[in-house]
Amino acid sequence: MNFTLRVWRQDGPETAGRFEEYPARNIPDEASFLEMLDLVNEDLIGKGIEPVEFDHDCREGICGTCSLTIDGVPHGPGRGTTCQLYMRSFREGEVIVIEPFRATPFPILRDLTVDRGAFDTIIQSGGFISERSGSAPDANAVPIPKTIADLAMDAASCIGCGACAAACPNSSAMLFVGAKVSHLGLLPQGKPEKNRRALSMVRSMDEAGFGNCSNYYACEAVCPASIPASFIASLNRQYAVAAAKETVGATL
Amino acid sequence: MAGHAPSSSAAAGFPVLRWFFSSLGKKTVVAVTGLVLVGFVTGHLLGNLTFFFGPDAMNTYAMKLQALGPLLWVVRIGLLVAVGLHIVFTMLLWKENQAATPQKYAVKAPMKTTIFARTMRLTGLIVLAFVAFHLAHFTLWLVNPAFAGYQTLLNGHEVHDVYRMVVVGFQNPFVSGFYILSLALVAFHLSHGVASLFQTLGLTNQTLRPKFEFLARIFAWTLFVGYSAIPVSILFYG
Amino acid sequence: MTPDAHIPDGPLKDKWTHYKNHAKIISPANKRKFKILIVGSGLAGGSAAATLGEQGYDIECFCYQDSPRRAHSIAAQGGINAAKNYQNDGDSAYRLFYDTVKGGDFRSRESNVHRLAEVSNAIIDQCVAQGVPFAREYGGLLGNRSFGGAQVSRTFYARGQTGQQLLLGTYQALSAQIGTGKVKMFPRTEMLDLVLVDGHAKGIVVRDMVTGEIRSHAGDAVLLCTGGYGNVFYLSTNAKGCNVTATWRAYKRGAFFANPCYTQIHPTCIPVSGDYQSKLTLMSESLRNDGRVWAPKRKEDCAKAPQDIPEEDRDYYLERKYPSFGNLAPRDISSRSAKEICDEGRGVGPTGLGVYLDFADAIKRLGRDVVEERYSNLFEMYHNITGENAYERPMRIYPAVHYTMGGLWVDYNLMSNIPGLHVLGEANFSDHGANRLGASALMQGLADGYFVIPYTLGNYLTSQFGKKRPETTDPAFQEVEKEVRERTAALLAVKGTRSVDSFHRELGMLLWDKCGMARDKAGLEEAIARLPKLREEFWKDVRVLGVGENLNESLEKAGRVADFLEFGELMCRDALARDESCGGHFRIDHQTPDGEALRDDENFSHVAAWQYQGPNAVPTRNEEPLVYEEVKLATRSYK
Repeated sequence: MNFTLRVWRQDGPETAGRFEEYPARNIPDEASFLEMLDLVNEDLIGKGIEPVEFDHDCREGICGTCSLTIDGVPHGPGRGTTCQLYMRSFREGEVIVIEPFRATPFPILRDLTVDRGAFDTIIQSGGFISERSGSAPDANAVPIPKTIADLAMDAASCIGCGACAAACPNSSAMLFVGAKVSHLGLLPQGKPEKNRRALSMVRSMDEAGFGNCSNYYACEAVCPASIPASFIASLNRQYAVAAAKETVGATL
Repeated sequence: MAGHAPSSSAAAGFPVLRWFFSSLGKKTVVAVTGLVLVGFVTGHLLGNLTFFFGPDAMNTYAMKLQALGPLLWVVRIGLLVAVGLHIVFTMLLWKENQAATPQKYAVKAPMKTTIFARTMRLTGLIVLAFVAFHLAHFTLWLVNPAFAGYQTLLNGHEVHDVYRMVVVGFQNPFVSGFYILSLALVAFHLSHGVASLFQTLGLTNQTLRPKFEFLARIFAWTLFVGYSAIPVSILFYG
Repeated sequence: MTPDAHIPDGPLKDKWTHYKNHAKIISPANKRKFKILIVGSGLAGGSAAATLGEQGYDIECFCYQDSPRRAHSIAAQGGINAAKNYQNDGDSAYRLFYDTVKGGDFRSRESNVHRLAEVSNAIIDQCVAQGVPFAREYGGLLGNRSFGGAQVSRTFYARGQTGQQLLLGTYQALSAQIGTGKVKMFPRTEMLDLVLVDGHAKGIVVRDMVTGEIRSHAGDAVLLCTGGYGNVFYLSTNAKGCNVTATWRAYKRGAFFANPCYTQIHPTCIPVSGDYQSKLTLMSESLRNDGRVWAPKRKEDCAKAPQDIPEEDRDYYLERKYPSFGNLAPRDISSRSAKEICDEGRGVGPTGLGVYLDFADAIKRLGRDVVEERYSNLFEMYHNITGENAYERPMRIYPAVHYTMGGLWVDYNLMSNIPGLHVLGEANFSDHGANRLGASALMQGLADGYFVIPYTLGNYLTSQFGKKRPETTDPAFQEVEKEVRERTAALLAVKGTRSVDSFHRELGMLLWDKCGMARDKAGLEEAIARLPKLREEFWKDVRVLGVGENLNESLEKAGRVADFLEFGELMCRDALARDESCGGHFRIDHQTPDGEALRDDENFSHVAAWQYQGPNAVPTRNEEPLVYEEVKLATRSYK
């Protein structure tokens, strides 16, 4: 298969970027999108042009490293990560526009590589259960209904790729934060810190400069882990309760 | 109040401000004021529908409303505050959203977002203009000063003839057209807004959300039909 | 020389308890005076950083990924073993210990494996307390499954994403410590060398992958938790960034590299489809619980559509050869059987390198709904990659490199022969012998980080009281930094014609061919002869564009491939010297008449710990004898 790529090139965080056009020739249709980029890069190296930098690692859809916006859609057409996108989903001769994830809190490092450290900062502010290694009670000491465990698992499947914020017209990180707040808040082990967690994670999210949720649900449409936006409602609820408690001075 | 306020020292001292000026707090304010306004448009419609029961019914309704006296002013000021907060907080959110997305994608792909959601600010602003006109038209009588002189007898008392004012007002096809168009935009606004406020207030889940979305649209377009029925019937049936 | 494993005295079952009771302890006030450098943030590194951080040590943690949450532990699908015996099916720590030693083909260190089995239960408790959403039954208690050939149900799992959930638990614990400032995290930072001061590991030299800055970090001890070297084969199920650089650099500074030839080939991967391919995708072994593996009996049938091959012409070879374990035979055995079938010319698919994994019977027996419930994500993944629907036609599978049991040599304290250099998780060699059982890698990574190193690290640190931590301005650091800079500059200066990947692919093909699933003397000797030439060509002809002072993936890859090119030779040397077959190391010249691995316990019941002797010198092979007090060596049989 043959394609024309319009790729965003940017030398560094401070420099201006531009689109460059490269041909992608003789691409097997079983190749993944990233393998197609590998082949184009080999070509570029042969011509003495620096290869296009893009983030990738596990290439099996779980690590959340890959992060391309393809034809305006984070991770491209279909459900799943960029690394799980195969060239047979494209038409012969198509022009494919490849951009980095765009959002103020995700500064571009180079070409298609962005810094998603803001997500780590949010988790560090409260996205955990405080617990000391070796101090845990027996794993079966607290039964957790299967339905709750399953729902928590749905929320916990977030791979932290950032597509939600990249797809959101407001660059909101609500789906990411909502998933973590829900995952931990649903489990009995996470309840003691529920209010503190919701407050600090939302504050950390605000400070990072993410936009606000307008309930557009673009996040849900692109999420490779199929995290539903109902976890955003759950975050809204938990935050309102926690903030109200804090406002009246109730114990958090 | 640049950016998100929670880290600003002024808000930090007052937990309530810290709450309301956080990203989620601002949205809560918009949702709660939106809910108030949804309540208003519903009540307003129910009042308007007295039109179909004839002049006396409508004028009685108007007179009883006037008779509330100070309470009416409480409601009016309350609504004005709700509108004000709804707009100011939306603008604050919008400003932050702009800052969070300085560079748009070269290719636009709307994904799952509905047209109702995408046009919220636009429909909101046009509706605001309409409300201003509507107040000037039927409440302050600025558009047609003759409205002030419309009087009628109701149970022996002389009262303002609201019914006649409405009929005369809507006999102008431009006024009716603008009114109907604006109400369509209100319905647009509410098609997203009503379902959205359940999401923002956290009163939904995966099962309920599609149901709320469906019901919100039914609700919004029912309002539209109800409101439009009046000018339509005046225009077409005199 | 014989490296001393420092195994505590006493009966096997009491060794760890005894060790803990007498381990040297560092008071909280003193802990904060020690700075520990942890390289890698997967299950082993992340759990160590979180635990040591919360205990009060001053931690610096490094990872090449953009976030610690992306370490490759995340990709483990199947589960994690623990001897909880929640199923009341006769499990115990002893049984887990025994299965692991047997699964490792009697080439692991008894004391380490026993400790692993002992702490396995605490890991599950720990993870549940962290909020890991393990599968549960309706009553709210934890669910288990039997996995990877175990005869008891001891595997805990979180859908097909167990590694992800465990890593996120670790990542969250680590994040909590980063939040408090006890751990300083350096993502997108790659360790390029180890610094020794007076023979002790006291620092590392790293490259900031965004700015290209090369700088040193000094500490009181160094923990390498950098995973395995499977990517030496180019195609593997590892993440693209996985590499041997950290451990290889440590080896070149004097750390012993143990059993590099022990590599695990996972039986259920999606077959290779072309030379454009960048990685292989594993599908959870749990598929073998319900799928039946077969190949056509006759070569002529291979090109036929599977549904056109009648039952009597199918060879369910695992069930035929291993009636008691059948399709659940251990990984090395299943993989090798698939290779034999394909070598006989009975492989299926366009390349002839594949066998069928058939769910038709399972669908008939359980109904499509049940099969969907159990495996839908895997079936979807398969469909996405191959475009085939596995509900209707059998999957094609082929083995792929998956895990490496070899690694830096460590003693019972998880410390290498270099004082202060500790090695955890897949990066060390200690627990899996010659073959790792399914659901044991996650167990080992977390055991090392949460429950072993916090007890054993003090043993070294107490010897360092009163010794000042070196400064990065010391000559020892300056010297290594200079070497690293020169090496980076050298890679950029070659300006040849071939891309880094083309060398990597060539290396991988050579090793897969000569040192893959089956090895023999002649092939290994040939590889050992060819590798120096390939290295030479690399340094003459590699093309790395761009500069060192920017994000430059070609440069990162070039450094890693340069190390793989050296490491590959050591792997072949080890495979050649280990003149027996055991576990994942199968020598064609050492097999039983019916094709099973033939061990030579008399001569090879030891760990081979290789010692670097200089750039062009042949390394020395040291032996640590494996003493079995509890387990009686037996021929591994799964028939």
